[in-house]
Amino acid sequence: MEIDWFPLWLSLRVAVLSTLMAVACGMALAYVLANGRFRGREALDAALTLPLVLPPTVLGYYLLVVLGRESALGRLYESIFGGPLVFSWQAAVVAAFLHSAPLLIKYIRAALESVDHSYERAARTLGAGEWRLFWRVTMPLAQRSILAATALAFARSLGDFGVTIMVAGNIPGRTQTIAVAIYDAVEAGNGALARLLVIIISAIALTILWLANRYGPRQTPA
Amino acid sequence: MIQARLRKHFPPSAESAAFTLDVDLGTSAGVTVLFGPSGSGKTLTLDCIAGFVRPDQGRILIDDALLFDAATGVHLPPQSRNCGYVFQNYALFPHMSLRENLAFASERLARLERHRRVSEMLERFRLSEVAGRRPNELSGGQKQRGSIARALLAAPKLILLDEPARGLDARLRAELYAVLRQVRAEFSTPILLVTHDLEECFELAEWMVVLHEGKLEQAGPPAKILEHPESVEVARMLGLYNLLAAEVRALDPSNNSSKLRVGDHDLTGPYLPGRLLGDRVTLYVRPEQLTAVPRDGKIGANQVPVSLDRVADLPQSVRLEFTGGITVTMTKAEFDRGRHHRDWVVEFPRDAIRVL
Repeated sequence: MEIDWFPLWLSLRVAVLSTLMAVACGMALAYVLANGRFRGREALDAALTLPLVLPPTVLGYYLLVVLGRESALGRLYESIFGGPLVFSWQAAVVAAFLHSAPLLIKYIRAALESVDHSYERAARTLGAGEWRLFWRVTMPLAQRSILAATALAFARSLGDFGVTIMVAGNIPGRTQTIAVAIYDAVEAGNGALARLLVIIISAIALTILWLANRYGPRQTPA
Repeated sequence: MIQARLRKHFPPSAESAAFTLDVDLGTSAGVTVLFGPSGSGKTLTLDCIAGFVRPDQGRILIDDALLFDAATGVHLPPQSRNCGYVFQNYALFPHMSLRENLAFASERLARLERHRRVSEMLERFRLSEVAGRRPNELSGGQKQRGSIARALLAAPKLILLDEPARGLDARLRAELYAVLRQVRAEFSTPILLVTHDLEECFELAEWMVVLHEGKLEQAGPPAKILEHPESVEVARMLGLYNLLAAEVRALDPSNNSSKLRVGDHDLTGPYLPGRLLGDRVTLYVRPEQLTAVPRDGKIGANQVPVSLDRVADLPQSVRLEFTGGITVTMTKAEFDRGRHHRDWVVEFPRDAIRVL
C-alpha cells in the first residue's frame, strides 16, 4: 500500500505553530486574567472560553466571516502575503489555535494563580518590579504546570476536525490534516489507511499525556 | 519613626462579619510590637504599611517619606516602600538557593557591591556554609535567619514581621529572639512585629501597641501597660487576675477615698475622679499586692472571706485561686503555714485597688 504521509507532517507542523501562538497569547491573557484588576475580567474570561463550548461548525462559520476574502482582515492578509488565508494550510493553523488556546489560557491562569502569594509579596517588598517578579518568581514556580498544559494543548491542536474542514477545507496535499485524512479514508472505504492513521495519532496523544503526567506538577490544576 | 493612621472597612460577607480597622499609631522605638488576639487587625495593619492592602482613609509616613495618603491619593506600591517583610512561612523562593535568594534582594545595590554584601550578610547570620542549599534543605532556624537576612539586604527603612514565632518550639523561639536582638544591635533598622503571644511582647518590645477588634486600645512600654492597663479588654488580653465587677457606693475627695461594693462586701479604695455614684466599674488588684490569711473569727476592714478553690505551684511561689474570682500569689513558706485551711480572708490594701 502506497501511504501518503503528507497529512501527518502537515498536522505536526500545524500543531507546532498553533501551540507556539497559543502559548504566547495564552501567557499574556492568562497573566491579565490572573493579575488584572479591571471591570469585565470575568466577562473576558467567559468570552475566551466560548470557543470551547461552541459547535466547531459555528466557530468555522465565524472564521469564514471574519477571515474570508470579502472581509477586511482577509483582504489585509491577502495584500501582505499575496494569497487568501481561507482554504490554505495557514487557515488550519488558525483553526488549531482556536481549538487549543482557550483551554491553555484556563490552565495557565490556574497555574499562575496557584503560586503562593507570599512569594510574590516577598519579591515585591524586595523591590522587584512586576516584570522581574513574573519571570524570576511566578514563572519558575508555575513552569511545570505550564509545560504540562502546553503538552496538552499540542495534543489537542493535532486533532481539530470541524473548524479545520470549514476554513481550510480538504485539499489533499495542501490542507488535508490527519484528522481530515482519517475521515476521508473512511468515506473512501480505505479501512487499512484509516486504521494506520488512527493508531499513529492515538500513540502520539498517549505519549504526550504520559509525558505531561510524568514531568508535570503532582496535581494537575483544575 | 513610623506614623500610621489607618481606616479600612470590610462589609459583612458570607464568610465573615463586618470588620473595621481604625488605628492611629506612632512609634519611634527600635522594636514595636503589635499585640492582640487573632482577628484584631494586627496583620492587616502590617499589610497596609507594606502596601499589600489599600486603606480607605488615613496616611502612612516612615521618617519623612509619605507612603500613603488618602487625601492626596498617594499610594506607593510595595516595591517603592522600602519595607522589609518577614513572612510567617519565611517565603524564601523554593526554586533558588539561599545565596540566590539573597542575591535577588541585592539587585537594587550597585552591581559591584552585590556579591560582597550577600557574602557579608550570609556570614553575619551564620549561613555561609549552607548558602548553596535550597530552602527545603534548610533547618527551621536557618530559614528564619535567611529570611531576615534577605529582608535586611534590600536596605529597608523598616522591617515588618508577621507572627514570626508562631508554631515554633521553645528552642527556635529563643533563637529567634536572639537573632532579633542581633538585628537591633547591628542594624539601625526599626522593627515592627505582630504577635498574639504576650511572652514575646515582654521579651522584645520597647513599645507595645495593643489592638482589639480593629481598635487601638493602648500603647506604651510593656511594663507600663502591665502596670496600668487602661481598659478591661487590655487587662483581659494581658491575662491579668482579679478583675472584679464592682459598684461605686461612696466618693470622698477630701479624704481621697471611695467605697466600692464587690459581691456582698464593701471595700475602701482611693478616690476615683470622673466616676459617679452607682457606676458599675471593674476593679483590678495585682495578685502579689493582696494578702491572704486563714480565717479565724472576725473579718476586718477591707477584708473579704473566701474559700480556697485551687492551688497552682509556680517556680518561685504559689498562686491561690479563691471563690469569687480572687487570686493571690504568696511565697511557698507563707502558704505552708495555712496549707490545711479551706476558709481564708483576703485583704485588699487601699492603695492597691485600681479601677478600669
